[in-house]
Amino acid sequence: MKLSPRRRRKVFRVAGYVVFGLAILAVVGAADWARLSEAFFRLDIAGEMFPEAITVALRNTITYTLLAFVFGLTLGLILALMRLSSILPYRWFATAYIELFRGLPSLLVLFMVGYGVPLAFPDREIPGGVYGSVTVGLGLTAAAYMAETIRAGIQAVPKGQLEAARTLGMSHPRAMVSIILPQAFRIVIPPLTNEIILLTKDTSLVYVLGVTATTIELTKFAGDALNTRVNPTPLVVAGLLYLVITLPLSQLVRGLERRAGRER
Amino acid sequence: MSTIEISGLHKSFGALEVLRGIDLEVEPGEVVCVIGPSGSGKSTLLRCVNLLEEPTAGSIRVAGVEVTDPDCDIDAVRRGIGMVFQQFNLFGHLTVRENVTIAQRRVLKRGRAEAERIATGNLTRVGLLDKAAAYPAQLSGGQQQRAAIARSLAMDPQLMLFDEPTSALDPELVGEVLAVMRGLAAEGMTMLVVTHEMAFAREVANRVVFMDGGVIVEQGPPADVFGRPREERTREFLHRVLEPASVSETEIGVRKDGSA
Repeated sequence: MKLSPRRRRKVFRVAGYVVFGLAILAVVGAADWARLSEAFFRLDIAGEMFPEAITVALRNTITYTLLAFVFGLTLGLILALMRLSSILPYRWFATAYIELFRGLPSLLVLFMVGYGVPLAFPDREIPGGVYGSVTVGLGLTAAAYMAETIRAGIQAVPKGQLEAARTLGMSHPRAMVSIILPQAFRIVIPPLTNEIILLTKDTSLVYVLGVTATTIELTKFAGDALNTRVNPTPLVVAGLLYLVITLPLSQLVRGLERRAGRER
Repeated sequence: MSTIEISGLHKSFGALEVLRGIDLEVEPGEVVCVIGPSGSGKSTLLRCVNLLEEPTAGSIRVAGVEVTDPDCDIDAVRRGIGMVFQQFNLFGHLTVRENVTIAQRRVLKRGRAEAERIATGNLTRVGLLDKAAAYPAQLSGGQQQRAAIARSLAMDPQLMLFDEPTSALDPELVGEVLAVMRGLAAEGMTMLVVTHEMAFAREVANRVVFMDGGVIVEQGPPADVFGRPREERTREFLHRVLEPASVSETEIGVRKDGSA
């Protein structure tokens, strides 16, 4: 029997739902639920991780993220301005920096800052101990990404804004500070928030610097608990705590993007 | 001393020569309207006056200061020259009132109270005091352009440049902007206006300048330029602009015998 186009679309649609439902059922049926919950959802083990999971590990994760973000944002802004400078060597330097640090793994940079620099300059040290090394180690890479984001934001501000500002007698730096940058930052808030999310996850690399009980962050904290309890539940706890940070942030990005979309 | 003295002005963008020898003077209190087809160099001429475009050759003096002199403090000269753009260019992150105060505060270093007072006066002047707290995106095009005029006026300019101020507006919003400009002209403001509003030019201008191909083809009182243009190019332009519905097919190269 030949189906009408409308009937055929309907049949395909229903078939799509049925396939999905069957796939879910197959997975659920095949899983060994007792063993899964024994491995990943042991409430007693999860309970023992608190309050340190929050008061130390989560707090350090957030601290590392914010430190690296502020460092990266500052350096990124400087690089973005250099990238747009009329002075050629500034442009070269910024371009080389951005290409270099976007091309290197964060872990390698972290090693370099944490071990390479102390070996090269044994008589000097990065202030702030692990916090300082993390700030620089993660911030250097973040700066490269943020510089490109900020540059794009500056270039997205219509040219007429600068012309209007200059016409009113503002110098170029004054126009940048009062007129261009405030508008550029509004444009780049969503991508910069994404950068915070990426940085949050990159703080899991910090363990390579050798953290102590007070400087430990979520992933290392969970890894240690995994070793002592020989049970992966701590990993699930850490994962959920990461989501506590990242999910609201991605929600925020979506909200900001929607608002920016309306204003256009 | 003339407010603007332009002599031998040339401007090229790469190989394209947009201005090919312009001589023009604007006297204090004079309203000069520049008309002409697209690409004739009108806007470029205007943008050279406050050095938004760097002239390739020639000299420009504004109120006796040679802006083309490399040692000229261009920021200081620009403070005295208001400019109104086709696209308004209001600062999107600031309210209307802040748009009008920011340059007063940052450039003229006026105190907050004084800047606010002058802003209030100029927003009243353009009929926008009730929109002072609004952001540009919340305003109509006509309101935005009036706010942009108030922003320029707050700097106490001795000269106002208008670069097609009504070309981006919906037709029903053109009138409110022209009304403000007419008022300014009546108050004795020196104005150089690039416009396609022939009725405005005819009524308000002391002098009309017709440009084509990067040169001034003809200039004079509006009654002469519009009433009895001397040059054929002027006549053709005015015919096309003033009577667009009567442009015949033969004028634009359509052949009546049916061949292409």
